[in-house]
Amino acid sequence: MIKYIWGLFIIIGIIYGFISGNIYDINSSILNSTSSSIDMILKLIPIMCLWLGIARIALDSGLLDVVSKKLSGIIRIIFPDIPKNHESISLIASNMAMNILGLGNAATPFGLKTMKSLQELNDNKDTASRSMITFLVINTASITLIPTTIIGIRILYKSNNPSEIIVPCIITSFISLLFGLILDRIFYKLSRKRI
Amino acid sequence: MNYISSMIIPIIVLVVITYGLYKNINIYDSFIEGVKEGLSTCLKIFPTIFTMYLGINILLSSNIINDICKYLSFINIPIDIIPLALLRPISGSSSLIIMDNILKLRGPDSYIGRIASVIQSSTDTTLYIISLYFGSIGIKKIRYSLIVGLLTDLCCIIVSILIISLIYK
Repeated sequence: MIKYIWGLFIIIGIIYGFISGNIYDINSSILNSTSSSIDMILKLIPIMCLWLGIARIALDSGLLDVVSKKLSGIIRIIFPDIPKNHESISLIASNMAMNILGLGNAATPFGLKTMKSLQELNDNKDTASRSMITFLVINTASITLIPTTIIGIRILYKSNNPSEIIVPCIITSFISLLFGLILDRIFYKLSRKRI
Repeated sequence: MNYISSMIIPIIVLVVITYGLYKNINIYDSFIEGVKEGLSTCLKIFPTIFTMYLGINILLSSNIINDICKYLSFINIPIDIIPLALLRPISGSSSLIIMDNILKLRGPDSYIGRIASVIQSSTDTTLYIISLYFGSIGIKKIRYSLIVGLLTDLCCIIVSILIISLIYK
C-alpha cells in the first residue's frame, strides 16, 4: 500500500513538474529535501529523549499501573462483551495509559497483545469481533496528553508557545473519541439487525 | 487557555518525579534509560522520515496540490488542510511532513499552523492500525471498523478546525 503511495508521489510530482514548467523547483527539492529531514530529526531527538525519560520514571515507579487501574472501570463500560477479570481489560488499560502519556511506540506491543487476547474470546476467528473494533476506534482516536513530535516541530519553527496546542488537542481527541464510540455502537446495532 | 496548556507539562513532571522518589526508585537511572530509548526511537524512525520527505517534497514542489486545491476552494475550509486531512489516516510519516511544511510556510502560531498541529496529534493512522492489528491475528473480515475509523478521523478534523477557530479567533 505505502509503496504505491510513495511511488505515485514521486511520479506524479515529476511528471506534473515537467508539464507545468516547475522542473527547476523539483530539481532543487530532490537535492534539498533530504537535508531538511536531518533538521527535523535533530529537533525531534531532544524532545523525544526528554519525554521518554519522564515516561520511563512513570513506568518504573508504577505510576503507569496506577493510571491503568483507574481506567479499568471505564473500560468495562466501553467493552460490555469482555467478561469480568479477563486479562484483556488490563492490557487495554495499559495500552490507553501509554497512549495518554505519548508513548505511542511502547503502546503498540500492548495493542498487539490485546488483540491476541481478544481473539481468544472471538467465536469467528477470521472475523473482527465487536470488542476488537471498539479497541481500534480507541486507538485511532488516540487520546494523547503530550504530543511530543508535534511540540518538537513547533519548536523547530520557533513557535512562541510550542505547547499551547495541548488543551485544544485534548478537547479534540476527547470529542472524536466519544463520537467514534457512539458510531461504533450504532454500527454494531445495525449489523445485528441485518443478521 | 494558554496558561492551562503551559501548566500541564510542569505538573506532569512534578507528579512523576515526586511519585518516583516516594516509591524510592532510582529516578536518575530511569530517566537516562528513557533518554536512550528516545535516541534509538529517533534513529529508528529516521529512515522512514527521510524517505517520506523525498516523496512528499517532490509532490509539493510540483505545485499539483495547490492547483487542485484552487478548484476545491468552494469548500469552506482552509485549503492547506486538505492534503493533510487526506493523508492523515493513510500514512503517519507523510502527514507529519505535510504538517512540517505547513508550519514552515505559514508559521506554527498561524491559524492554519495551529489547526495542522491539532489534527496531526489528535488522530492516529487508521489504516496502519487496522492493517497491523488485524493482520497480527489473521482477521480477514474487518466489518464496519474501517468506516467507523475514517468517520472518526473526519470528526477529528472538523472539531480541530472548530476548536481553533473558537479559541483563537
